[in-house]
Amino acid sequence: MGTKMNWQRWLMIAPAVVFFAVFALFPMLMAVYYSGLQWNGISSAKWVGLANWGSVFRSGDALHALRLTAEVMVLSWVVQTPISLLVGVFLAGRQRHRAVFGVFYFVPLLFSSVAIGVTWSYILNPNFGLLDALLKSLHIGNGNQNWLGNTHLALLVVTLIIAWQFIPFHSLLYQGGAKQIPDSLYEAATIDGANVWNTFFSITLPQLKYTLITSSVLVLTGSLTYFDLIYVLTDGGPGDATTVLAMDMYKQAFVNQNIGLGSVLAVILAVAGVILSILTLRFTGFSRMESQLEGM
Amino acid sequence: MASQVVKTDASVNLRAPRRRRLRWYNVVFTALGVVWLIIAFYPVLYMLMTSLRSQQGYLLGIPWLPSLHPTFENYATVLQAGFVHYFLNSVIVSVCSVALIVGCSLLCAYVVVRSRNRAVRVIFDVFLVGLALPIQAAIIPIYVLITKMGLYDTLLGMILPSVAFGLPLTLLILVNFVRDIPNELYESMGLEGASDFRLLRHLVIPLAMPALISVSIYDFVQAWNNFLFPLVLTQSDSSRVMPMAIVSFQGQYTMNVPVTMAAVILSALPLILAYIFGRRYLLRGMLAGFGK
Repeated sequence: MGTKMNWQRWLMIAPAVVFFAVFALFPMLMAVYYSGLQWNGISSAKWVGLANWGSVFRSGDALHALRLTAEVMVLSWVVQTPISLLVGVFLAGRQRHRAVFGVFYFVPLLFSSVAIGVTWSYILNPNFGLLDALLKSLHIGNGNQNWLGNTHLALLVVTLIIAWQFIPFHSLLYQGGAKQIPDSLYEAATIDGANVWNTFFSITLPQLKYTLITSSVLVLTGSLTYFDLIYVLTDGGPGDATTVLAMDMYKQAFVNQNIGLGSVLAVILAVAGVILSILTLRFTGFSRMESQLEGM
Repeated sequence: MASQVVKTDASVNLRAPRRRRLRWYNVVFTALGVVWLIIAFYPVLYMLMTSLRSQQGYLLGIPWLPSLHPTFENYATVLQAGFVHYFLNSVIVSVCSVALIVGCSLLCAYVVVRSRNRAVRVIFDVFLVGLALPIQAAIIPIYVLITKMGLYDTLLGMILPSVAFGLPLTLLILVNFVRDIPNELYESMGLEGASDFRLLRHLVIPLAMPALISVSIYDFVQAWNNFLFPLVLTQSDSSRVMPMAIVSFQGQYTMNVPVTMAAVILSALPLILAYIFGRRYLLRGMLAGFGK
């Protein structure tokens, strides 16, 4: 069989193409169209052109959502990257107890965002939650801090829970990367009398450059779409303190039944996703990756 | 894995004496490791401990310690509240999604690798752009489309868009894997006049098996945990899947936290079992080719 297409081969790619075209590409294009409609999803729609776009950018809500999304992005990177890096390098060590630790470190990966969100909402509950009970017994604070109900704290707390959920995944990435660093590099450093910091900054970190880039991009693109956890934890509240872009989109479209406004936000999400993803391809060469599964 | 096995004599000699000496920084690292162990694992332990408490024990007992009288009554409550039904719904949605995603992707990946056709190349590039599209960005039209197709509140209505959004990454991973199969192997079989389907069955599938297993695991986890599709595309009991079931248990048993925690633990059962019996495969699958 050569490299020419024939009807059988067209038939082979057809299912994938049809699925993708009908349930991903077509909806995406429709989102652009819907963004020009005044429509509640039931009665007949009215074409209003760019009016929705105008009102999105005039109202402070969308800009507020954009700013929160950016905050979550930055904060997520700042919290997740150093911890994941250190945990991953720690786990890549040969000591037996580290392997045992690893078994427990990865357990949060087994739970869905919803499961994690529900659990943390109980841990942080101001009336009967674990955290306040603990703090009270240690005589720290007044023992009834409302972690998720506090406008100033909510976004930070949500971001920390997101970090709790995703750090295991990223430390898994770093562990894989760190295990591939050749022993000979460390031996040479030991002979040269390098101490543990020198070794980390002049060998481990540079060798993990590509892992660092991959992980960072995943954190950034991921932060764009955090929704499940926020939905369960705060539902965007208190007020709009945790109404990030994806949450705002959901609320406009499915709670306020304003399909047009929701679609404007959806298009903004898509554009941001594509931009971030182009950066991914540019910096990680992800589309050309080879034998990525080795070295686990 | 390989780097662990390959160990030169020199490294053994160098490391052996070093390991015996207790370095201050290794003590610090282990201490920090224990701190992280508590942060990462204690909440999970809390889930488990709470799920084994009675409602009264939860309100009166010391919350951070395990109950002195563990009980399975919460699990019984959850199982009697339709849990098995929701669990099976999740199994159906996840298994069907994975089968369709991996099947379609494998066929498509084979053609992408084996043909030098311009149109196929463009199609592949479009799939790559699809990697960038967040589900959230398309959810509104998907809702309208599924409703118009009469599939609102059905399992099929969740499966179809899940397949579409699972395809890009799966396809990309399989293309990279199929591409690594040496051309000579195709040629030697092709000379015997083997058809595409024979090549797929006897060459590609056996060689790509590790990748197929990994992407299947990845896609399964995604489908199992997906929340947005069931949230938007279903409403009734009959089509309720695991994540929605947790939310509804939480609403239904507002004050009965142990019951909800039992539901949370049971909802992760397939992954917990996979972790116990095939940790390496599960973790590799979760990385889905992002590793390295």
